[in-house]
Amino acid sequence: MKVTLHVWRQPNAQTKGKMVTYESPQITGDMSFLEMLDVLNETLTMKGEDPIAFDHDCREGICGTCSLMINGIAHGPEKAITTCQLYMRSFKDGDHIYVEPWRAKAFPVIKDLVVDRSAFDRIMAAGGFISVNAGGAPDANAIPIPKDDAELAMDAAACIGCGACVASCKNASAMLFVAAKVSHMAHLPQGHPERNRRVIRMVDQMDDEGFGNCTNQYECEAVCPKGISVSFIAKMNREYIRASLVA
Amino acid sequence: MKLEAKIPSGPLEKKWANHKFESKLVNPANKHKFEVIMVGTGLAGGSAAASLAELGYKVKAFCFQDSPRRAHSIAAQGGINAAKNYQNDGDSVYRLFYDTIKGGDFRAREANVYRLAEVSANIIDQCVAMGVPFAREYGGQLANRSFGGAQVSRTFYARGQTGQQLLLGCYAALSRQVGLGNVNMIPRTEMLDLVVIDGVARGIITRSLVTGKIEAHVADAVVLATGGYSNVFFLSTNAMGCNTTAIWRAYKRGAAFANPCYTQIHPTCIPVSGDYQSKLTLMSESLRNDGRIWAPKKKGANRAPQDIPEDERDYYLERKYPSFGNLAPRDISSRAAKEACDDGRGVGESKRGVYLDFADTIKRLGENVIRERYGNLFDMYHEITGENPYKAPMRIYPAPHYTMGGLWVDYNLMSNIPGLFVIGEANFSDHGANRLGASALMQGLADGYFVLPYTIGHYFASVKPKKLSTDRAEFKQAEQDVTARIKKLLDLKGKRTVDSYHRELGLKMWERCGMARNEAGLKKNLQVIPTLYEQYWKDVAVLGNNEEFNTSLEKALRVADFFELAELMCHDALDRNESCGGHFREEYQTSEGEALRDDKNYCYVSAWEYQGEGKKPVQHKEALYFEFVHLAERSYK
Repeated sequence: MKVTLHVWRQPNAQTKGKMVTYESPQITGDMSFLEMLDVLNETLTMKGEDPIAFDHDCREGICGTCSLMINGIAHGPEKAITTCQLYMRSFKDGDHIYVEPWRAKAFPVIKDLVVDRSAFDRIMAAGGFISVNAGGAPDANAIPIPKDDAELAMDAAACIGCGACVASCKNASAMLFVAAKVSHMAHLPQGHPERNRRVIRMVDQMDDEGFGNCTNQYECEAVCPKGISVSFIAKMNREYIRASLVA
Repeated sequence: MKLEAKIPSGPLEKKWANHKFESKLVNPANKHKFEVIMVGTGLAGGSAAASLAELGYKVKAFCFQDSPRRAHSIAAQGGINAAKNYQNDGDSVYRLFYDTIKGGDFRAREANVYRLAEVSANIIDQCVAMGVPFAREYGGQLANRSFGGAQVSRTFYARGQTGQQLLLGCYAALSRQVGLGNVNMIPRTEMLDLVVIDGVARGIITRSLVTGKIEAHVADAVVLATGGYSNVFFLSTNAMGCNTTAIWRAYKRGAAFANPCYTQIHPTCIPVSGDYQSKLTLMSESLRNDGRIWAPKKKGANRAPQDIPEDERDYYLERKYPSFGNLAPRDISSRAAKEACDDGRGVGESKRGVYLDFADTIKRLGENVIRERYGNLFDMYHEITGENPYKAPMRIYPAPHYTMGGLWVDYNLMSNIPGLFVIGEANFSDHGANRLGASALMQGLADGYFVLPYTIGHYFASVKPKKLSTDRAEFKQAEQDVTARIKKLLDLKGKRTVDSYHRELGLKMWERCGMARNEAGLKKNLQVIPTLYEQYWKDVAVLGNNEEFNTSLEKALRVADFFELAELMCHDALDRNESCGGHFREEYQTSEGEALRDDKNYCYVSAWEYQGEGKKPVQHKEALYFEFVHLAERSYK
């Protein structure tokens, strides 16, 4: 099969970008979307044209590096997967596919489809941790944790930090990302000593980075490759209010 | 070159404790005066960077990813081993030590492996304290599962995402230190050379992957935590960016490369399909707790698996290794799959595949239990193949996954170049000729949290490195070398893409230096690979320029190093006239087709020293002594 691609090309952050149209080479449904881009890039290179830059690494849906807006949907048309897990069998021969980077003020474009998500790292550095130095931890079974709490913490901890939540939100809000980390740690006894400090600092940093607020449209949950629930945003809001009252 | 392993004397279980006591200390008030460069921030580098910063050292850390949270450690699925004996099933530090030595086919140092087993329990404690959400039982205690090469349940896990949760744990610790200003974290930056001054590692040259800026960095010690080199095969389970460049550049500056031919081919990956595939996906070894591996007994059968009656199925692992069954170690399971396919009994379109079947367990425990244990893996399989593994068995085939070889290090994890430390998969130290499942995460964190923080302090306290600046001629020279190399690639304006060269190299390595090797094939590779490499430097197409985000240039630099490494791997495989662990030389096998070790002649670590372009490297041998474990034929029957 063959498809027509409309791809965002932008040489660097300083230059304005535009959509450029490419005819895909002959492809099969068993190729992944990124493998299709690989093949296109091989053809472009042979023609002496600059290959399309896109972020990717593990290609198995866990590292959170890949980040494409495909036909207006973060990570493409299938539910609960990352771009690298999308296969061409999800498209038909002759389809037009629009490929764009994550768009958000806090995620400036580096080149083409590659954006800078270091804002997420700064939010983490502000409070996304439990302060415990290596050595001196008590026996791992010393504090029993109810299975349900552990499972809930794990549901939240499954976030891969890809930024699809931000890209899909009309406010470019990072609430789902921040809520996932806050909830993961708030559901575990180990996270309790710092819970107030943590949520305040992370939310402050999130605001400073220029992410918008949540207006309960739940676009983020719909595109999240790990199916992180928006109920964690409610949890974060409760944590935040609680922390504000204590402080 | 002198290889001194510096293994402490005394009884096995006292070595590490005594060594720690005898190590010199750096006064807490002086620690901030020492600066460490950390290259790579996965499990080993991330945990080391965080721990060193917690102690008070100044750390400058680099990774090529856009964030340390994305290092390939994140992809580890099944679990992490620890000798906790929470299951009361007879586990102990000594048993984990013994299983690891035996699993590695008696080609690792006893003292290193014992230390690894010893600190394994601390890792779990540390991770739980940091909020890693391990799987738990209803009583609130930690849950365990079993992995290959062990008859106890000692593997801790977080669904099928154990690597992710452990990495996010050490990323959190690292982030805390970044926030405190103790770690200067520099992402999207790659190390392109090591700077050695007066025989001591003192810095690195880096290239920013965003701006192309070449920069020199000086420090009192350099730590490489840059992972393995399975991508030499092009198709592997490694992430696309994993590369050998950092350790290869260190090798070319004088660091010994140990056992490069020890590569691990993981038995349960999704088979190759089509010519454009960019990587292979692993299906966790944990699946072998509940899945049964089989191939049809008849050759060339094209029947659907459900149509093959029970008595026409060959559960070959259960047949050949009744006591370990489907949990035989990786090297053995991989070879057995290859044998079945070579015998014409492979399944799937390519006929390079066998079945991993859950029907019996689903019948016994119900689909829900399987979904809870492995749901995300089953989903992953479904997305890639379009098949439903709850209904039909998975098709699997071995794929390159991990490299036991790496830079040579002593007991302190320091290479033969003083001041250059190597941790995690990048070193050669703990897994011998074959790594057991769930031991990579254990080693990465052991090195980073519990070994390096002690040994690097001893180095600083005894050596007291002098302060230097990047104005030194050695830095300028290394910078010029890097710049010249980049310019040469960009000036080639060749006709063939980097990927097409990489694919061809990978295929040659897979065919002749992969799961099975022989003298003729290795000699052939030593002829054809240098020829192809020569062509590469004349004809590779690298577009654009250095001062930009340039993925072809990034790849071109990495693939050049893979070419050189490939040659060294073949030399090493050719030298080792025995079969051991992941290194299977067809000439050396028992009548039953098992690996035939030669302890009399090959009980050594093979460490290679670079001699200059176009010259054959020189081999040095570190003899392995087994004082506590009896050298025996590895049997899993």
